[in-house]
Amino acid sequence: MTRSDLVVVGAGPAGMAAAAQAAELGLSVTVLDEQACAGGQIYRDVDRVVPLRGDILGADYVHGTTLTAALRRAAISHVTGAVVWAIEDAFRISYTREGRGVQIEADRILLATGALERSMPLPGWTLPGVMTAGAGQILLKQSGVLARNAVLVGSGPLLYLIAAQMLRAGTPPKAMIETQSRGDLIGATRHIGGALRGASYLVKGLRMLASIIRAGVPRHTGVTDIAVEGTDKAEAVTFQSGRRSHRITCDTVFLHHGVVPNTQAARSLGVTHSWNTAQQCFVPQLDDWGQSDRAGVFIAGDGAGIGGAKAAEHAGTLAALQIACEAGRLSREERDRRAAAPRAGLAHELAARPFLDAAYPPYAPALLPDDSTPICRCEEVTAGDIRSYAKLGCIGPNQTKAFGRAGMGPCQGRYCGLSVTALLADATGRTPDETGYYRIRPPLKPVTLGELAGMNITAPDTAEKEKAHD
Amino acid sequence: METDYAIIGGGIVGLSVAWGLLRRGRTVTVLDGDDGSFRASRGNFGLVWVQSKGMNQPRYASWSQQSAAIWADFANEVAGNTGQPIPLEQNGGYDLHFSEETLEATVAKYEKLKAQLGGNYPYEVLGHNALRKEEPHIGPKVVGAILHHQDGHANPLKLLKALAADVRRMGGHVLVGKTVTDVSKPDGFHITCADGTIVTSGKVVLSAGLGAAQLGPKMGFKAPVRPQRGQVLITEKLPKMINRPSLIARQVDEGGIQIGATNEEVGLDDKVTQTGLSGLAAEAIAAYPALARAQLVRSWGALRVLSPDGLPIYQQSTEMPGAFLVTCHSGITLAAAHARLLPEWLEGTDAAPDLEVFSEDRFSVS
Amino acid sequence: MKTASPFLELDNEPRVNVVFDGNALSLPEGANLAAALMAAGVNVFRHTPVSGAPRGPFCMMGACFDCLVEIDGTTKQACMTVVTDGLEITRAHRDGALT
Ligand SMILES: Cc1cc2nc3c(=O)[nH]c(=O)nc-3n(C[C@H](O)[C@H](O)[C@H](O)COP(=O)(O)OP(=O)(O)OC[C@H]3O[C@@H](n4cnc5c(N)ncnc54)[C@H](O)[C@@H]3O)c2cc1C
Ligand code: FES
Repeated sequence: MTRSDLVVVGAGPAGMAAAAQAAELGLSVTVLDEQACAGGQIYRDVDRVVPLRGDILGADYVHGTTLTAALRRAAISHVTGAVVWAIEDAFRISYTREGRGVQIEADRILLATGALERSMPLPGWTLPGVMTAGAGQILLKQSGVLARNAVLVGSGPLLYLIAAQMLRAGTPPKAMIETQSRGDLIGATRHIGGALRGASYLVKGLRMLASIIRAGVPRHTGVTDIAVEGTDKAEAVTFQSGRRSHRITCDTVFLHHGVVPNTQAARSLGVTHSWNTAQQCFVPQLDDWGQSDRAGVFIAGDGAGIGGAKAAEHAGTLAALQIACEAGRLSREERDRRAAAPRAGLAHELAARPFLDAAYPPYAPALLPDDSTPICRCEEVTAGDIRSYAKLGCIGPNQTKAFGRAGMGPCQGRYCGLSVTALLADATGRTPDETGYYRIRPPLKPVTLGELAGMNITAPDTAEKEKAHD
Repeated sequence: METDYAIIGGGIVGLSVAWGLLRRGRTVTVLDGDDGSFRASRGNFGLVWVQSKGMNQPRYASWSQQSAAIWADFANEVAGNTGQPIPLEQNGGYDLHFSEETLEATVAKYEKLKAQLGGNYPYEVLGHNALRKEEPHIGPKVVGAILHHQDGHANPLKLLKALAADVRRMGGHVLVGKTVTDVSKPDGFHITCADGTIVTSGKVVLSAGLGAAQLGPKMGFKAPVRPQRGQVLITEKLPKMINRPSLIARQVDEGGIQIGATNEEVGLDDKVTQTGLSGLAAEAIAAYPALARAQLVRSWGALRVLSPDGLPIYQQSTEMPGAFLVTCHSGITLAAAHARLLPEWLEGTDAAPDLEVFSEDRFSVS
Repeated sequence: MKTASPFLELDNEPRVNVVFDGNALSLPEGANLAAALMAAGVNVFRHTPVSGAPRGPFCMMGACFDCLVEIDGTTKQACMTVVTDGLEITRAHRDGALT
């Protein structure tokens, strides 16, 4: 079994920056990522793609090449195509690569597993052709595949970014169906101070919005009652705007109302999480170096709370400094001296967040959907089912999982977890923290039985297995 | 008195007993723990199983047989009441063997038990070829199997949910998120919960699974239950490929192949481990080689509630008459007995089953 | 099989032959399989084992498992699979899988 001082899970901006910093300070580092290339979701395939369409994707995307370059140093082993499915003890990491189970040991781990799109359950959202806006962006970035006849639905800066990219590629969206209201924007102005400190974001956002308007893409804001129609695939989106009902035909629907931390790996390790009301999601409890309450477990980037790519980079650097300090490679003074710049950078990046979170809140009806809307895509469990389990005494998601299978499918609750917590909290009158979340266990990602069996070096419990009981 | 019976623990055992008492017209309050409590009822293998039980105590074998025999009728009644189906198949089950020696040794034990049970132990031995006719996916390493016709399997979670619904429908009070911390008997019973809730009752049933180890001694029981971890695997949903269940694998009604379980003495630790998963996967592939390509989507560890000899404990407290300890390992198998037969014993009627051998007296000589 | 695709492809990679659900397709070599299938006009990747509802890719990042297809008897996420020459893809777990 190989061993590293530090294993980083995730080769996005946080993971890449942390790996580079830790390696520079003399630690042996292994980066594991299931993708075939470095970059994470935001800089997906950046090295290959920049020459092809860096112009469409913009300068922020091209910046990713500086991070991938830093990853190519000798002390870093970047294992691509590595699907991590278990992290045990302190620490043995199991992953699958090219059909084989592999293990690596590490003194410390950094989880940089990023974000997931916030689930947006609304009628018809499971139809083929309905995708996350992030999926639309990945299609464009990685594959150069563009939806010709698409509508964008939801709220948030990412929606404008994608629209702007689609414009530049020559396939503007057919419409922007936006859920945030004027009231949200007015309410958000109390965070304007922070927003101005992070003004570059606002300027960029406004510029994108202006280009969308200039291109004549119809925008509807403050919309409600959104549903996707279709039998075998998405055919149209219907919604209310003011007092008028609309129906827009389309082939593709991109949904987005924010992103949330991907906490699966951290939860499997027993890291404590708590509810963040502003971002409407659970975040791991961390100190300001990204260290969790599990010794040796660090978390950086969007997996620690949503901050975006640049913030992730700074957080990764900070975590690496503390890791190196703990490992005796860096004095505290030196750590603090080096931390000054990334800390200032992080503060700058996070300044605009409260404004953005308030101006572009999640679409409320998708947080507590109608009874008939499926919230668990894998097991096809509806919001109404969850409410009925609450009536049967379920006060937390693990009992509803047992009663109705929500969270038991291959995605392991990644897309229904927050919905179930919200529905139960609403039904029982308890807080999301009291309600809790799924107990996450290995495998974090499916693994074939053959791959598992192939790792069977020692099987202590099968030898004297006494089968008389069950 | 608020309620005739307070039931401490709303797992499969507590709910089965509550259901039976409600059906006899008693008032019942069930107190159940948190979302994160250890719950064997949520993590078990779902077998309704007879073979190999009670090898050293024929009464346990016959008690399991009694329960298995009335299981379908019990499940139908609950399903009928609630409109919630409880999938059950009782077409027999296998004990698969990878060596002739273990197969023969097991048969010898079964013969002895069969004699003690007056011949009521319907099993047959299938050689590899005969087994392959029944189970086309069986692998070459399996030399044969014991097919026991009283075995079967159910969907234990649907049973749990339907019972939770039916107990409420019959007027049972179920208080959730309640951790009972103390039981006293000044006149009737006073049951105190961590959040300050107090329930008073005429009788009390302690069916708190592993929770009985702490509460039992306060109520005059020995309650010598310990946890034993079982890790269980489940694959993606697959087309039908396993007909009858075995202790190694079964195909659940939703389509996944469930593989289990380890027997580990690790205290109150319900984690899953890579070695546990790999060992179980290897054994399942040895039995059904096609499983090598199946994706494992989920695994869990659950803690069995075991007494020193693995048998149930049914005991009335001498210190606090009217308090009963009810605990067992195979709560799914015994659900029907607990729902239909055990209430007679709690109520002290003439129809009470003979449960003498399951009393705590057996633990006194040490 | 050449269906009208709701997608436009920017890149012009050399194509290889694959079979999806019995139909011959020519897809860009080295491409993301989910993206390539969608660009080739495939909307429905599979039907769910629970209700038989049609599904296609949703997240494109390996998290939702809606893009599952079967390759060599094993279900795989199409969005995490690379197009190679001669790939034989079936819809996930039709009858006869795992035999
Ligand atoms: C891996 C495994 C496989 C198994 N396979 C089978 C099988 O195939 N067939 C079979 O028949 N059986 C099987 N079993 C056994 C079966 O699951 C158990 O016999 C049964 O679930 C026990 O139910 P219970 O109600 O006693 O315990 P539990 O289900 O553990 O319930 C105890 C309840 O008590 C509550 N509680 C605990 N302390 C307190 C307190 N102080 N106050 C209030 N509430 C409290 C808890 O919240 C919990 O809900 C298996 C078990 C395991 C672990
Ligand atoms: S599209 Fe979500 S996993 Fe492939």
